[in-house]
Amino acid sequence: MNKPLNKMAVQATINGERTAFLCSPGQVLADVLRDELELIGTKIGCNTGDCGACSVLVDNRLVCACLVLAAEVEGKSVQTVEGIANGGELHPVQQKLLEHGGLQCGICTPGVVVAAKALLEHNPDPTEEQARYWLAGNLCRCTGYDKIIRAVLDAAKTMRGEAA
Amino acid sequence: MAVQEFLSPKSLSEAQAAFGEGAASSWLAGGTDLLVGIRLGARDPSRVVDLKQIPELTAIEIDDASVRIGAAASAFDVLHNSDVPSLFPGLAEALNLIGSTQITGRCSAGGNLCNASPAADSIPALIANGAQCRILGPEGERVLPVENFVVGPNQNALAPGELLVELILPKPVPGTSDAYLRLTPRTEMDIAVAGAGVSITLDSSGTCTAARVAIGAVAPTALLVEPAGEALVGSPLDQAAMDAAVAAVRAAAKPISDKRGPAQYRTHVVGILVSRAIANAQARIEEAR
Repeated sequence: MNKPLNKMAVQATINGERTAFLCSPGQVLADVLRDELELIGTKIGCNTGDCGACSVLVDNRLVCACLVLAAEVEGKSVQTVEGIANGGELHPVQQKLLEHGGLQCGICTPGVVVAAKALLEHNPDPTEEQARYWLAGNLCRCTGYDKIIRAVLDAAKTMRGEAA
Repeated sequence: MAVQEFLSPKSLSEAQAAFGEGAASSWLAGGTDLLVGIRLGARDPSRVVDLKQIPELTAIEIDDASVRIGAAASAFDVLHNSDVPSLFPGLAEALNLIGSTQITGRCSAGGNLCNASPAADSIPALIANGAQCRILGPEGERVLPVENFVVGPNQNALAPGELLVELILPKPVPGTSDAYLRLTPRTEMDIAVAGAGVSITLDSSGTCTAARVAIGAVAPTALLVEPAGEALVGSPLDQAAMDAAVAAVRAAAKPISDKRGPAQYRTHVVGILVSRAIANAQARIEEAR
């Protein structure tokens, strides 16, 4: 019944570093990141693409890592929450989430950080409505979203070089 | 039991060889339905064949007569194509409604169609635009209109080993526009209670010369309602014509009652959505003049 699974060798650039890993053909990227590569910043919530906790960028495209097979990222670039800060310097989205108190339990936060960074690269000056729609796939059961949205819009200002 | 093989062919012929006999294989486009299905135990392929390394499957090509959208091209890529959203604003509205930003980045019109949910947003928009499915199989190629591609809830017309390669939409003639509307209890992240896709063509005097009306989530499959289109043609989209079109879609609707709404409500609402979608398409045509 349990046939041995063929492990596949995959090479990808993960947070800027060339990385090789082994995965099962049906293993999703979220599991490989956490269990094989020990990048446990990426959280798993629903495992069905509804909650956004496992949001990562694959070739700069925002996706749920639970809905990507690890084997699909062969030759691609993956960015997780671990790759967002510049060394010890937080990304403006991270800094503003801290300043605005845009998190409580923190489970949704890595996904929010990655999704918000993708938003601001795609649209440096989003309206509140645009930010809310872009982040609608990142569920937060603690904050009520308002502080997250304020933090993201404030980060956008910082990134545009405007005074907060 | 579990996926035993992942294959990533680079061409259509490699894809057909990779798929094999088909009984235990699944095509993978964006994976937003397949991987959820595997997770929930509804799907159990032993072999997954990824389609996204095949150029035809992700290409979006426009020539004088038609727009060809690769079956695995992501909704995000279609929405950010330089021409498709302005040629088919209604199709763009429908694709933009499929899930979150994360889902839109992966899901495809072809996958939405193959998954064949009665409530799929892109299917009424594709039907309204007269989209055709180019299908490649062991026996060769065939072409099917989208309205004949879905044969039941979550059932499509593909035979084992057949592959939906691309969707071919005739380029709209001048004076044409489309629109898609759906009703959900919330503004985002939900599935349609009812949906309506329309494409209409108006001559310079505002008389309707062609119309296609499609409805979703109110029958086992999305439906092309030919009598609704016929009711509009020849009219200036006046109240009598609109009333006749609305009556035709309500007569065609055969919804179920479920947690998203009773059948009577869905039948009523789909008529309203159709009349508003017609008005939106009409406004787009007038704006372009």
